Amino acid sequence: MTTLAPPATATMAQALNTALRDSLRADPTVHVLGEDVGTLGGVFRITDGLAAEFGADRCLDTPLAEAGILGTAVGMAMYGLRPVVEMQFDAFAYPAFEQLVSHVARMRNRTAGRMPLPITIRIPYGGGIGGVEHHSDSSEAYYAHTPGLHVVTPGTVGDAYGLLRAAIASDDPVVFLEPKRLYWSKADFTPDAPVPTLGKAVVRRPLSPGGGSPATLLTYGPSLPLCLEAAEAARAEGWDLSVVDLRSLVPFDDETVFEAVRATGRAVVVHESAGFAGVGAEIAARVSERCFHHLAAPVLRVTGFDIPYPPPMLERHHLPSVDRILDAVARLQWEQ
Amino acid sequence: MTVLDHPAAQTWPPDAHAPRRDPAPLLPDAEPVRILGTPALGGLDPELLRELYRRLVAGRRYNQQATTLTKQGSLAVYPSSTGQEACQVAAATALRPTDWLFPSYRDTLAVVSRGVDPVEALTLLRGNAHSGYDPYQHRVAPLSTPLATQAPHAVGLAHAARLRGDDTVALALVGDGGTSEGDFHEALNFAGVLNAPVVFLVQNNGYAISVPLAKQSVAPTLAHKAVGYGIQGRLVDGNDAAAMHTVLTEAVAHARSGQGPVLVEAVTYRLEAHTNADDAGRYRTPDEVAAWQRHDPLPLLERELRALGLLGDEEVAQAAAEAEALAARMRAMFHVKPELDPMSLFTHVYAEPTPQLREQAAQLAAELAAEAEAQQEAAAR
Ligand SMILES: Cc1ncc(C[n+]2csc(CCOP(=O)(O)OP(=O)(O)O)c2C)c(N)n1
Repeated sequence: MTTLAPPATATMAQALNTALRDSLRADPTVHVLGEDVGTLGGVFRITDGLAAEFGADRCLDTPLAEAGILGTAVGMAMYGLRPVVEMQFDAFAYPAFEQLVSHVARMRNRTAGRMPLPITIRIPYGGGIGGVEHHSDSSEAYYAHTPGLHVVTPGTVGDAYGLLRAAIASDDPVVFLEPKRLYWSKADFTPDAPVPTLGKAVVRRPLSPGGGSPATLLTYGPSLPLCLEAAEAARAEGWDLSVVDLRSLVPFDDETVFEAVRATGRAVVVHESAGFAGVGAEIAARVSERCFHHLAAPVLRVTGFDIPYPPPMLERHHLPSVDRILDAVARLQWEQ
Repeated sequence: MTVLDHPAAQTWPPDAHAPRRDPAPLLPDAEPVRILGTPALGGLDPELLRELYRRLVAGRRYNQQATTLTKQGSLAVYPSSTGQEACQVAAATALRPTDWLFPSYRDTLAVVSRGVDPVEALTLLRGNAHSGYDPYQHRVAPLSTPLATQAPHAVGLAHAARLRGDDTVALALVGDGGTSEGDFHEALNFAGVLNAPVVFLVQNNGYAISVPLAKQSVAPTLAHKAVGYGIQGRLVDGNDAAAMHTVLTEAVAHARSGQGPVLVEAVTYRLEAHTNADDAGRYRTPDEVAAWQRHDPLPLLERELRALGLLGDEEVAQAAAEAEALAARMRAMFHVKPELDPMSLFTHVYAEPTPQLREQAAQLAAELAAEAEAQQEAAAR
């Protein structure tokens, strides 16, 4: 088990690695499997050193077949293990989509609770790192739309550790989306912080009394640092923005979100995946349904365009930016 | 006695549905086909052999230049095919202009060998366009990044060509790792059932990123995978350019003549890391690499052709000069920054943009106009 250590600085990648290590140490039924996770330690080194410490059976280099990896994990979970699957990149998880949707998401329901599947499916996702085609997709809407799956995505180093531990400990399947552009972000990090419960959003930046016209940014994962940056920049424009980090798309924390929006009466949802039929649409609808009388403006969305992820040299035009967020915030003065 | 020995097991299924029972005619030889160093070499057309040599030299230079371009920041990433040039070159020389090539992300050299401009072949890896070339111009499908997903496309195209009365063959390139994917197996099965004129070339270069073949498959060879699908399998030394060209040409002819698909496994080696960003030292030894360097396709062919008197210093110098010219052309072309129109983001999502896309295009146009104006103001100040 981890010993109490003073806060150290870690990257998100290191925090995830520590979470896997601590989970493997704490529970002998936890098994890691995926492409290149063993000797290489994963293409992003998230599984670095695990095969050396726990052996090839607990950190298994599999053949190159995503459907096979996840399908095998289903069988392992049926027999009492807790598989943690690594999909190498967002768009390479699609071959496993059938296993995910046809079996992983439904098994508990189909068997009336007799066969739960405690599988964690880690997927590096999102753009902003100059990856070539098929290396930058944001696929959260597909997963969030599938009942039976939890969908979790950390936006900070500490959450990367805590949420992954919680995901592995969960008795339900969790799609754990890792914002790859934040892999190298650094922060103080204590693995001994209490493990967060899945499904709780957190206010990353509260309103400051007298800080200007208030509004709320609702975001998650890769867009969190961007929103914090935008909130900082908004002060100069006379806006006081609170920033809510959703952390978990399923379950969705209505309470924290509604409370934050009711306090300001204005909200912008920010994510980098396509806006059409995206997660932001669900959030905007929930907020409109439940906070209608508190709203001074429609809930706006700042998202990626509705296009296949573009080549890296054009991605800056596609991705949400501080300017686009500030433009949306300016539009919130609707009918004021 | 097991259930398989039971007489009933042998009378079922009834004949009408009987699959091919005898695998013997399908079983590939356990030894890879080699032509260099054998009498068969003498039977090949000298001009063809010299052509293979020139292409191999140019291919090696192409790989080196592309890798250099990554170091200079002109290419975002490059998965080198150094050591695999014989496979890449033969993939192009074995096809007629009317045939189709279905490449993977590592196969830019095969694409260039097929006549595609080097800059256009490298846009995906440069980061300026997903597919810089017109697939119909040279009959080359876009480079496929999701592994083995292009294999069923090759089957479908070959099937369609036959339905239309053309004698087109499709050649799909897959890596050893890619043979584990479901798409690969579905493609082989469809190809067999449809009797599609398609050839699958597996470049077995030993590793899928870090995973060695032994952890990928326990089949005797990857060529053996053909047997279960009832199609022909061939094993060839992938570093023997003459053997590569000969075996692939035969496989293509076999498919073209309606005798069915062929799976060719080329045994070769990836001399460089997976990409310029990969650290191969984590999963393989210098000794292993050195052993394969001694079986490098380039000196192998040069030695044999010199011994046969088909190649002299003059030809060698000429091939080197041609390769240098290719590299110089690449440098010059990559020196020019690609001009990109951000509005192209919306151009080819649908034949007709949706109303929402039109709106988003207008938004981006306004942003770009504001950006340009701000730049002009800054310049004026
Ligand atoms: C469906 C899919 N899964 C994972 C990847 C990530 N990936 C890219 S290359 C590679 C290894 C490929 O190995 P192999 O098929 O042997 O081809 P090679 O790179 O050796 O040419 C992997 C796992 C991918 N591109 N597509």
